[in-house]
Amino acid sequence: MSMSHNKIPVTVAEVVTLNPLIKRFRFVRRDGASLPAFSGGAHVVVEMDDHGTRRMNPYSLMSAPSDTTGYEISVRRDDVGRGGSLYLHQHVKVGDDLVISAPVNLFGLDLQAKKHLMLAGGIGITPFIAQMALLSAMAGRFELHYAARNPGLAAYADDLRARYGDRVQLYYDDQDQKIALAPLLAGQPLGTHLYVCGPKGMIDWVRRTATDMGWPQQCVHYEEFLAPPTGKPFQVELAASQKTITVGPDQSLLEAIEAAGVDAPYLCRGGACGQCETDVVSCDGHIQHHDHWLSDEEKATGHKIMPCVSRFEGRSLVLDR
Amino acid sequence: MGLDFNQETFRNDFTFRNSPKAIRRFPFPFHEDGYMYSVNLEPHVPGPKGSVFEHTFDVDEHYVAEMRDRALVLAEDPLRCQSLPHMTLAGWDLLELIMTSKARDYPHWFELHKQGDKWHWINKPLEIEQKFTFGDETTLPYGPMEYITRQTQGDFSLQDHRDDNLWMDAGMITTQADWSLDFDVGMSFHEWHAPVPLAHEKGIFDRALKFLLNLQLGAPVRRFNWTMTVDPLLDTSPETYPQWGPTRASLTPETIGKRMHLRVELQTLIRLPRSNAIAFPIRCYLIKFDELVTVPKWGRRLHRVIRDLPEELAVYKGFARNRPMMLDYLAQYDDGTPTSPGIWPD
Repeated sequence: MSMSHNKIPVTVAEVVTLNPLIKRFRFVRRDGASLPAFSGGAHVVVEMDDHGTRRMNPYSLMSAPSDTTGYEISVRRDDVGRGGSLYLHQHVKVGDDLVISAPVNLFGLDLQAKKHLMLAGGIGITPFIAQMALLSAMAGRFELHYAARNPGLAAYADDLRARYGDRVQLYYDDQDQKIALAPLLAGQPLGTHLYVCGPKGMIDWVRRTATDMGWPQQCVHYEEFLAPPTGKPFQVELAASQKTITVGPDQSLLEAIEAAGVDAPYLCRGGACGQCETDVVSCDGHIQHHDHWLSDEEKATGHKIMPCVSRFEGRSLVLDR
Repeated sequence: MGLDFNQETFRNDFTFRNSPKAIRRFPFPFHEDGYMYSVNLEPHVPGPKGSVFEHTFDVDEHYVAEMRDRALVLAEDPLRCQSLPHMTLAGWDLLELIMTSKARDYPHWFELHKQGDKWHWINKPLEIEQKFTFGDETTLPYGPMEYITRQTQGDFSLQDHRDDNLWMDAGMITTQADWSLDFDVGMSFHEWHAPVPLAHEKGIFDRALKFLLNLQLGAPVRRFNWTMTVDPLLDTSPETYPQWGPTRASLTPETIGKRMHLRVELQTLIRLPRSNAIAFPIRCYLIKFDELVTVPKWGRRLHRVIRDLPEELAVYKGFARNRPMMLDYLAQYDDGTPTSPGIWPD
C-alpha cells in the first residue's frame, strides 16, 4: 500500500524549547483547513529534506485528539543518531513548510478496559498525553507512572500533575526513585489494561514482569519505535525493479529504496508494524535484523527482512522489491 | 421535498420502484460476464457526477421511504441496533462523518452549524432539527450511532480494532441479506465470516483482515456484494425469515420480472479518527429484473453470470431453487453479442 496519497502539507506554527533535550513543534495545515481528529496513541511520519537526504521519522501526537486546529509533537534530540531529530532541533523553525502523514495508530487504547495503567519512560510520555486527554474527556479511569532522569528532563510532568493530580506519579532516576512494578501490578483491579512506552530496557522489564505475574497478553500494550541504526554502507539488488542501490552509512535500507524511486510500503518506520516486510530472494552474507516484528525463527532463516531498520553485511543481497 | 423523494413501500403492497434516472445510475456489480469471490477492494474516491460514487454517502430518491421502513423495523425489534458500551466514541465519529459529508455534499437538504462542541443539525427531507453537544449523549434522543443511522440509508457496522483483529461491537442492521447483528455482535472478523463458502479456502479472509487492519485515515475503500431478493424487501433478516423465506417458492414465469430483484450492496470501509474503529456502511440497492433488462448490456451480462455461477454460491445466496426460472427469463435478453468492459450502461 503506497502512502503517497495520504499526506498532509503543514506549516510549523510554534517551536517551544522545553528543556536542553526536548523541543515541541506545532503544525497547522498550510491551506488553513482543519486537520482530522485522531485517536490517542497515534503517530505521524514527518518528512524532512535533510540537506539532500530524505528523512521520514515517526513521532507520537501529543496534542488533544479533539483539537483539529493543529498537531503537536515533542522531539528528543539524539546527538549520536542519524540526524532526523537533530535536523528538527537545529533547522526547523516557525513558518517552515513540512509534509506529514495522516495519523496512524499502532498503540491504541483498548476502550473495553475497566482501567488504563500507563507506564512512561522519558520521551515515551508523549502518546500518553493524548490518551489521557481523551480518557479525561470520556470520564475514563486511568493512572500514569512516569519515570525520567531528573525533574529538569521530565517534560510536562508539572502540567500533568496540575491537570490530573494523584493520577500522575513521578519517578526520578537521579533521586534513586523507581517504579515498584510488582506491587503496582498486583494491586490492579480486574479488567485493567497496561500500556508502556519508553526505552527498550523498560519495555522488556514491564512486559516480562507482567507475563511472569500472569497478565493476559491482550492486556499488555507497548510501543517502541527504533531509530534506524547506522552502519557500514552496503549494496542491495532490487529484483522486481531491476535496480541496484547503495545504502549509505546513516541511511536506512527503506530510505535508500525510496531514494531510488521505488515505491515501498511502510507505516511505522521503526521495526514494529510489519508493513514493510520484504522477501529475500538470495543472500550471501549476514542480515543484521534490528526489528521486533520477525520471530527469531524467521530471522534465522534469512528469508525476510524489515528494510526500515535492518541492514546487511556481506557479498550480495537480492530483495523481491 | 415531494418531487425529490418517492412515496413507496418495502412491505405489504410493495410499491417500491426505480425511476428511469435511478435505473441508469444503479450500481450494477458485474464488470465482466462472470463472477467469483475476490478481495475486490478499490479506493472509495469520488466517482462520476450523478453516480452512486459521487459522494461519500449517496442520498437518492428512496431516502425518505427507506428511513420510514427502518423506523418500522426498529419499533418491532429494537435489537436490530446495538452498541457495546466501549463503542460510543466510534458512534460519535460516525455521526460527525455523516453529518459533515451530507452537509457538504447536499447543502440543499442538510445543514450542520458548529460553535465549538455546540452543534446544530438540520435534515430537511425528514423534517428534523436538532441542537446538541458533541460528545454528550444526554443531548440526543438516541445514542450517536443510532441517531445518525436513523437518518442515513444503508446498514452500518462499527468494528473495534484491537488484538490485531476487528470486532463487530456495534451496528444498525435493518436492510440485511439474511444475517443478524443480534447473533454476530461481539464476534471477531473470522467468526462472523465463518458461514461464507469457498472464500476461506482461498485465504481471502486472512488477506482481507490484514488489509483492513492497515486501513488508513482518509483513505477509505469500497467493494460490492450482491444477492437476489423476491419482492423489494429491505429487511430480509433471520429474525423474520418465516415471513419472507416462503415467498421464494411462490415465483411464477409471469411474475418473476416484477418480483425478482437483484440486490446490490455497496460496502465501504472507513477508518474513524477518534476511536480508531472501522465503519462499515453496507448500502443496499434493489432493482427489479424488469427494470434491469431495460439496459441491454446488463440483461445480457446478468444471464451469463447466473448461468455460470458455482452451485455453492447460488445455494449460499438463496436462489438455487429459482435459478432455472431466472435463466429462462434472462435468456430472452441475451442475444449472445459481446458486452463492453466495466459496469456502466453503454
